[in-house]
Amino acid sequence: MTGRIILVTALILGAFLMLVPFLWMLSLSFKDSAEIFSSTLDFFPARLSLDNYITAFTKVDLGRFLLNGVIVCAGILVFQFLFSVPCAYALTQRRFRGRQVIFGLVLAGLLVPFHVTAIPLFLALAKLNLLDTYTALIVPFVSSMFGIFLFRQAFAALSPDLFDAARLDGLSETAIVWRIALPLVLPAATAFGIFSVVAHWNDLFWNLIVTSDPNLATPPRGILYFRDRESGSDIGPLMAATVIVIAPMIVGFLMAQRRFIQGLAAGGLKG
Amino acid sequence: MIEIDAVTRCFGENTVLDNVSLVAEEGSFLALLGPSGCGKSTLLRLIAGLDDPDAGCVRIKGRDISGLSAVERNVAMVFQSYALYPHLSVAENIGLPLAMRELSRIDRSPLGRVFPASRQRRSDTQARVKKVAASVGISDLLDRKPGALSGGQKQRVALARALVRDPSVFLLDEPLSNLDAKLRVQMRAEIVALNRATGRTFIHVTHDQVEAMSMADRVAVMLGGRVAQFGTPRELYETPSSRDVAAFVGTHPITFVSGPKSGGLHPIFHGVGVPSPSGPVVIGIRPEHLTPAPQGPITGRLHNIEYQGAEVLLDVICDTGITLRATATGDWQPPTPGSEIHLACAPVHMHVFDADSGARLEAGHKGAASCA
Amino acid sequence: MRLSRKSRSVLTDIWLVGPATCAMIVLIFIPVIIVALMSFTDYQFGARSFNWVGWQNYIVMLTDPTARHAVTNTLVYAAIVIPASIFLGLIVALGLHHLALKTPRFASGLRAAYFLPVAATLVAMAVVWQMLLHPSLGLLNQLLAAMGQQGPAWLSDRGLVLYTLAVIGIWQSVGYNMVLFLAGLAAIPSDLYDAAELDGAGSGWNRFWTVTWPMLGPTTLFVTVITATGAFRVFETVATLTKGGPAFASDVLVYAMYREGFVYFKAGYSSALTIVFFLLVLLVTALKFGILEKKVHYK
Ligand SMILES: Nc1ncnc2c1ncn2[C@@H]1O[C@H](COP(=O)(O)OP(=O)(O)OP(=O)(O)O)[C@@H](O)[C@H]1O
Ligand SMILES: [Mg+2]
Repeated sequence: MTGRIILVTALILGAFLMLVPFLWMLSLSFKDSAEIFSSTLDFFPARLSLDNYITAFTKVDLGRFLLNGVIVCAGILVFQFLFSVPCAYALTQRRFRGRQVIFGLVLAGLLVPFHVTAIPLFLALAKLNLLDTYTALIVPFVSSMFGIFLFRQAFAALSPDLFDAARLDGLSETAIVWRIALPLVLPAATAFGIFSVVAHWNDLFWNLIVTSDPNLATPPRGILYFRDRESGSDIGPLMAATVIVIAPMIVGFLMAQRRFIQGLAAGGLKG
Repeated sequence: MIEIDAVTRCFGENTVLDNVSLVAEEGSFLALLGPSGCGKSTLLRLIAGLDDPDAGCVRIKGRDISGLSAVERNVAMVFQSYALYPHLSVAENIGLPLAMRELSRIDRSPLGRVFPASRQRRSDTQARVKKVAASVGISDLLDRKPGALSGGQKQRVALARALVRDPSVFLLDEPLSNLDAKLRVQMRAEIVALNRATGRTFIHVTHDQVEAMSMADRVAVMLGGRVAQFGTPRELYETPSSRDVAAFVGTHPITFVSGPKSGGLHPIFHGVGVPSPSGPVVIGIRPEHLTPAPQGPITGRLHNIEYQGAEVLLDVICDTGITLRATATGDWQPPTPGSEIHLACAPVHMHVFDADSGARLEAGHKGAASCA
Repeated sequence: MRLSRKSRSVLTDIWLVGPATCAMIVLIFIPVIIVALMSFTDYQFGARSFNWVGWQNYIVMLTDPTARHAVTNTLVYAAIVIPASIFLGLIVALGLHHLALKTPRFASGLRAAYFLPVAATLVAMAVVWQMLLHPSLGLLNQLLAAMGQQGPAWLSDRGLVLYTLAVIGIWQSVGYNMVLFLAGLAAIPSDLYDAAELDGAGSGWNRFWTVTWPMLGPTTLFVTVITATGAFRVFETVATLTKGGPAFASDVLVYAMYREGFVYFKAGYSSALTIVFFLLVLLVTALKFGILEKKVHYK
């Protein structure tokens, strides 16, 4: 019994430590600067005011950052589906020469972290005059090896009879991909979608490289613009902005914990 | 009419279909009978156009269809696993082949709900779905998903999906293998009735010989990728063309007795009245044709009795140590085990096979009536 | 003209796999080849020409005292984060697994708390950490001050900064490892514990060493490799909090590659850093696929 009490206490304490940054962020986001810079330590804000949140939206273009995040994530996700679902389908449900080779390439591609390809991709985009565009933010990610791999696993588990039946029913291969195959692997598709959106919503590296225009900043980059511009004096609104930026991921996670964990855990397969 | 002409299919080194030739008359019911793994499904897939033969060709109504895709062949198939789309309702499952063939892209899109002509066509297809669902007795299941159906119900949905668009050929891949015994008997009759009602050619795959014999006009026995025998159920049963076919066909397993190496029948059969062949042979004799008879030419010692109600199965050990299986009617009063017993068999029911090749040897049953 | 069935089928295959295959070649394989070649040049972004310099870039990276920081710091960072976050992840997973037997809802609430840092945007959270660790206003140093201690400058002290970053790295990855371990624990059949009990391995400690730990073997290897690749690619926290400073004390491979390539435009040198980073990741990832194969065989 005492063992159990110790265990529960330790786990709660640990969880609390994990949450400290979040709690501190929330606390600061409601405090005004007088309170923040006062030397007394007070966890709870004196009063709940949304001033910082209003400032975050009016003084900097937080809305713009969020919109950019949505555009980039959605653009990437749509293309990743368009490219990887048909490819994974063909790799499992069709027989053609070179199938093994292509799958071998996919596995090899899975081993290459994105950072490795950054320099040549940057050069190419610069040559094409595409730096500082949404295209530059989206194009490098359109073909996801991880997506192909994940969908291939999911399709391989389906009965080939289903696809033969669809062929006899008069569906074209393209129709089979979108009307039969994809709906049947919805859990895998959701897991992949969550993985992809979280990864690109949170990514800073590529945005830092191909954009210099604050109007194209995705949320993490936007936060940094904000922080650097205010040179540390506007902590309250900055914290409010971070709350807003992480909110979609956190809310999504709390609402669909199982799917989220599945999606991110599956991401471990990626190099 | 479907002609399968010298079709061969190999997967790598493995020759799954070896020079298979079959003919199914228009409107007939053909059964493909064979043990698991003998290539039945492979042959069906070749006919359906889901796979291509390495050699040979398939003709429908005299026309080579190797250039036609699966859709263009207008065949319908009921899969071993039923292959219902789990994410679509029963009505959508049945309606999909119609929608894909008869509705335009616009008709199928949400816009189709708006245009009067599209709406007309859509409601037509829905009416046909309802009609075919009623004909196989699943009208009240139309809104369910396949996951919520029993095996028998799934099987009916799969049939309805095949029936809805009036194909020229029906291919059925072991559709009854997942059903319980009672339902299986009922569905056999229903499928045969469908064959008569539609007048289309049916090709029915099964590994259950009772199913094949009771349903089909003609049965092709496939063994190891070859057609071992192709004929009516009666021909198969009465004159099996080889030892393997004889072993495969029949409710009770046939008993084989090898003759001496030097040739001729085994001595216990000398009194039956079958002319003795010269080479080495194997005799096949079905339990149902071997019955106790007071004056029977075969003698042995009763070893074991299995009472099954309508009939009694007997194991009889003959003098030479050979065990024969015989049957008697259910009301037969058995002697005590261990006592001597006489068995009789009509010469026509003794199948003589070459001991090496297993091929049937036509022994002349001259005038030898039953010895009972 | 109507195409034959064969050629239509080939066209379908191309239509299905073509786009992804082309994109894969253009976006992954060609760049990898180019970056490997560039690592042997002195190419600068915007320059008109370049020279082949052989192993020069690699020699500088591994011998020049300041440049060497990127490699050594990455290894030190990984050497701290990998064992710590695996150990903590395992401890938490064991605790939660045990707790979930009696109070599943409470356990899943705690699990969510531990996983939260994984889902949260790291850059945003790094900014929050900056506030927590602020030398005078930060929560940590205020707490220390309340206890009469003078807290250090966590992020600008040369000796401390790498460890501070490592703590943030651990904070961020514990939840992820915990989730993987929980999955591994859930997959251990409970009759193994019954068998252990019969064999006399009754106490929790014995049960852990006779059943749990051996059965978690594949999971642990998997977690190790994932944590390792994660640690090698640390970038966000460095870029947000220290920019590799002070005086390269927190310089790491990916950040150095970014700085050399995209701030100083030394593409050739940056490519060499990239290749070293790639080889490190490749080493552990190759290991991972070996393990994965085995895992598949288990089932
Ligand atoms: N795509 C394929 N690649 C390789 N071998 C195959 C393939 N399809 C079938 N085979 C092989 O061909 C043989 C025959 O398979 P088939 O499915 O036709 O058997 P079947 O007679 O339908 O058996 P069952 O009664 O079990 O359904 C099997 O040995 C199988 O392993
Ligand atoms: Mg089969």
